[in-house]
Amino acid sequence: MRRFSLKSLLQEASSGHQGWERQWRAPEPKKEYDVIVVGGGGHGLATAYYLATVHGVTNVAVLEKGWIGGGNTGRNTTIVRSNYLFDESAGLYEHAMKLWEGLSQELNYNVMFSQRGVLMLAHNHHDVISFKRHVYANRLNGIDNEWLSPEECKAYCPPLSISPELRYPVLGGALQRRGGTARHDAVAWGYARGADARGVDIIQNCEVLGLKRHPDGSVAGVETSRGTIGAKRVGVVAAGHTGVVMGRFGLRMPVESVPLQALVSEPVKPVFPCVVMSNAVHAYISQSDKGELVIGAGTDQYVSYSQQGGIQIINHTLDAICELFPQFGRMRMLRSWGGIVDVTPDRSPILGKTPIEGLFVNCGWGTGGFKATPGSGHVFAHTLATGEPHKINAPFSLDRFRTGRLIDEAAAAAVAH
Amino acid sequence: MLLIDCPYCGKRPEVEFHCGGEAHIARPETPAEIADADWGSFLYYRTNPKGVHAERWLHGHGCGRWFNALRDTVSDAFVATYEMGAPRPDVAPENAKA
Ligand SMILES: Cc1cc2nc3c(=O)[nH]c(=O)nc-3n(C[C@H](O)[C@H](O)[C@H](O)COP(=O)(O)OP(=O)(O)OC[C@H]3O[C@@H](n4cnc5c(N)ncnc54)[C@H](O)[C@@H]3O)c2cc1C
Ligand SMILES: [Zn+2]
Repeated sequence: MRRFSLKSLLQEASSGHQGWERQWRAPEPKKEYDVIVVGGGGHGLATAYYLATVHGVTNVAVLEKGWIGGGNTGRNTTIVRSNYLFDESAGLYEHAMKLWEGLSQELNYNVMFSQRGVLMLAHNHHDVISFKRHVYANRLNGIDNEWLSPEECKAYCPPLSISPELRYPVLGGALQRRGGTARHDAVAWGYARGADARGVDIIQNCEVLGLKRHPDGSVAGVETSRGTIGAKRVGVVAAGHTGVVMGRFGLRMPVESVPLQALVSEPVKPVFPCVVMSNAVHAYISQSDKGELVIGAGTDQYVSYSQQGGIQIINHTLDAICELFPQFGRMRMLRSWGGIVDVTPDRSPILGKTPIEGLFVNCGWGTGGFKATPGSGHVFAHTLATGEPHKINAPFSLDRFRTGRLIDEAAAAAVAH
Repeated sequence: MLLIDCPYCGKRPEVEFHCGGEAHIARPETPAEIADADWGSFLYYRTNPKGVHAERWLHGHGCGRWFNALRDTVSDAFVATYEMGAPRPDVAPENAKA
């Protein structure tokens, strides 16, 4: 792997940038791997990267049915924060946050991680109490989160209207200054490049169709659209299609797949300094470095794989955006799209073992897993390398839907991100 | 937005309806006696198919009645609607994937 540095950039600049090598190979699948990762999104690629770098497991393939990063990784609004309520979640998301903070250096790839702050608005008494509880719980876990008055919110984010006349006036907000955004594609590409350089095979246009098992029931490999590939261990990281993949393997999962939408405006000069989320009116917004306002909407109410949500959902979000930020009332929207997200009953992910020996799953990130990408890959790599969960992901077992030990972030916040 | 054919009122826009999730899930009659895995399965596991899905719908801003529907989760097209309590009809759309 040729490293990016001032020297290599200058060299290439003087020769018309003709000398850059491909960022990752396009290998033919081998007969067998130690580990196969199903799904080439950010989480799958990060898993492969840390398998190679942390555990020295390099006989690894990532099988992706389309192109890498073409799933939810390339469709999300890139909000990164770690101020979750429960200790288990705080542990997992803060683990990711710490890795984000050094990620561009680690990967030698600019993932454009920008800690511009994530401000969550409170619009009613319940929000105020709940967010303050989050602030206190986060502080006990060593995670930054602070309470701002409406005036302090306005000072942090000048476009915000704090008029008491609003239908849902701003009563304050919780700010995580270390939160922010990152460049989603770069995260997938940076991990892919780093994994490839250490010998991982990234195989695109390769759909996993079934599981091969030894007579004792344990994993022997996978059936794919490019033939059978052997594997000692398989990790499924297929987001909205987890139910479909695991169904092909004969397993039911406690997830439902629903469309989640986002949209961007025409690009404008820098007008929006941070990320603002509002759960009560269901809108979240930031501005990309290209200048587009990036706006996230809600999920549809039914199971769907159509990658296209209802128009009433985005209209509802835009109503809220225009009310909170009156200056955006005349902005034109450029594009909107949907991704299929896998939602668990407690809105927490599942990372760990399955009833099949040698088969592991990393799913259920639902509407908010981009922020966890580095941490998820890191602990899932540990799980695949050792056969046992890391202590950070141990509570996020599939078995919790039998034991009842849920991690109920849904009840804690009812938030999208 | 979908157009939904309420069996009582005819075609109406989706915003008048509420989806009540997967249909034909019976609550175990003796929860205390069944295995934890079966109880967990009743509470948390759903079919989540890429294809035809049986689900409950409420025409809340219309006749106010519940009914069941078969819908293709790939195209979102409604395949059939039928009364609560009636068995799942045996129809499948051409483009449905199991
Ligand atoms: C509109 C939208 C906004 C969002 N906003 C945020 C946000 O602001 N912050 C945040 O933290 N999260 C957000 N999320 C959630 C976030 O995008 C996801 O949780 C995260 O990207 C999941 O990453 P992943 O790698 O697991 O999944 P994906 O990137 O979806 O990767 C899964 C991959 O598996 C592949 N696959 C599926 N089936 C097969 C098969 N049979 N064989 C081979 N490959 C297969 C798919 O093609 C896909 O590339 C948002 C999601 C959406 C849709
Ligand atoms: Zn009706």
